[in-house]
Amino acid sequence: MSLAAVPVSTQMPDLGQVTRVDEVGVKERVARFQSRSIKKESKVEALKMVLSMIDLTTLEGQDTPGKVRQLCQKALHLHDSMPGLPHVAAVCVYPTMVGVAKQALGDNDIKVASVATAFPSGMTPRQIKLEETRIAVDDGADEIDMVISRGAFLQGEYGFVFDEIAAIKEACGKAHLKVILETGELGTLDRIRRASVLAMHAGADFIKTSTGKIQPAATMPVTLVMLQAIRDYYYETGRMVGMKPAGGISKAKLAVHYLVMLRETLGQAWMTKEWFRFGASSLANDVLMQLQKQATGVYQSADYFSKD
Amino acid sequence: MVAATSRVPVAKTYKIYIDGKFPRTESGRYFPLKDDEGNVIASICRGSRKDFRNSVVAARNAFAAWSAASAYLRGQILYRIAEMLEGRAEQFVAELVLQGVSKRRARAEVDATIDRLIYYAGWSDKYQQVFSAVNPVASSHFNFSVLEPTGVVAVIAPNDSGLLGLVSNIAPAIVGGNTCVVLASELLPLCAVSFAEVVHASDVPAGVVNILTGFRDELTEQFASHMDVNAVIFCDGDTDVSRDIQVLAADNIKRVISRVDTKWSEDAAQNPYLIKDTQETKTTWHPIGS
Repeated sequence: MSLAAVPVSTQMPDLGQVTRVDEVGVKERVARFQSRSIKKESKVEALKMVLSMIDLTTLEGQDTPGKVRQLCQKALHLHDSMPGLPHVAAVCVYPTMVGVAKQALGDNDIKVASVATAFPSGMTPRQIKLEETRIAVDDGADEIDMVISRGAFLQGEYGFVFDEIAAIKEACGKAHLKVILETGELGTLDRIRRASVLAMHAGADFIKTSTGKIQPAATMPVTLVMLQAIRDYYYETGRMVGMKPAGGISKAKLAVHYLVMLRETLGQAWMTKEWFRFGASSLANDVLMQLQKQATGVYQSADYFSKD
Repeated sequence: MVAATSRVPVAKTYKIYIDGKFPRTESGRYFPLKDDEGNVIASICRGSRKDFRNSVVAARNAFAAWSAASAYLRGQILYRIAEMLEGRAEQFVAELVLQGVSKRRARAEVDATIDRLIYYAGWSDKYQQVFSAVNPVASSHFNFSVLEPTGVVAVIAPNDSGLLGLVSNIAPAIVGGNTCVVLASELLPLCAVSFAEVVHASDVPAGVVNILTGFRDELTEQFASHMDVNAVIFCDGDTDVSRDIQVLAADNIKRVISRVDTKWSEDAAQNPYLIKDTQETKTTWHPIGS
């Protein structure tokens, strides 16, 4: 099933018709996912799948080309003493670092994702956001992680947000567009669901929970609501949209719970890095430590793994 | 018919102590602690390797701040533990008696425990002076060696000394800036859990001391093999146990410290070398002259 096969309709949806979220139901469902027992071989396979879905991220004001090269090196060589590991899906950096990351990764199939549109606040005029997006794509970004204008969304200016996402999507060209809803600033699950629907109709290839700069970042209830929105959008339009929870997922066990939730909400078709990503910086090391534990039977120390 | 004024006594649930919290064991397993006549005194958590793993994570997280705390502060906090213990001495005496120790010996053990904490509190800003050195070298360098805490210390506490033996191993480790995970005596675990409450009330940061109860033969291997543990101390066991611990500890070159056959009630059981056991010596070569 290919993304390009289904044309994106750029009709603004009627957000008044968006399904209301049953908050208690969502929490109970999430608790169920966390009670699944994933052991032995299944656990190893799940952990490897998690690794393959990670967007290894560095989004700090203190980032330097050296730091980004180090991150890319880590993306290419997660833990060479363990053979058979997948590499991560992408590295995620600021626009000024796209060129550095692209060069450091060479012609490997690890993608370069760039945040854009005045990440993390999104508080700049549209033409600057568009220009920033074009620059990142010209520098070689394969994926663009944009933030929505939360202020406008909360004010009810859905049309403004919709047009903005559609315009950025156009500026992306061939690059995939991930739309960050910054769920920690939206407040309620109902708004998160509405923002998801809005973003998908405006052309998002992925919807993403958070920038990682606001607490709470990704949580399982929020992610479940977004996954359900993706499912219903798929039933409605036949177009698959990807999901990226980001921020706050630093433990392997939690990541496996997310996979369980993905499997039981969207099904097998979404269980690849084409359709699901983890935005994380320290998750990879925890997963590696768990894999090493499975291989050796001995609990591991961060001292023996590359720095985040 | 019970009189209206009488009440049902509230029995204490003995839990484990991880990261400044008192959870039940993650495994949901317990073992009965019995007195000499076979009556059950309490159900004790049978700690699992996951409890141990969680404790090591907590101890590792607490290490940076605790090792950076001033020697003065660490001494103050140890002194504070002693103060808190003094105020609850009767409870500890009662628990020891419940586990079959005579009242007189129980009293002596609690007193000795408090004194031992004061002893190590006093060493907090002195052991560095005793064990550090300026070294003579045949080049134009100023060469000196200082102690640094090794990190996370895993302690398998003595089986025959439920309170004094436990504290005699915790105090020298933490006064030197280490954090610790301790497996309490399997035979006398009550005081260990109550001591955790004392620690908790003494401004000891969460994660610096973690106390588990459970079976040695289940947990010793984990204590010795965990890659994020920097030193393992064991106080019981024959040569086979000792050998197994050393083999497993070799993977990440842990310090292995045997305190088998130590008489914890004797004065000889307290000395600054117990602090030094869990310290690393860092030597610096500092160029001087032209």
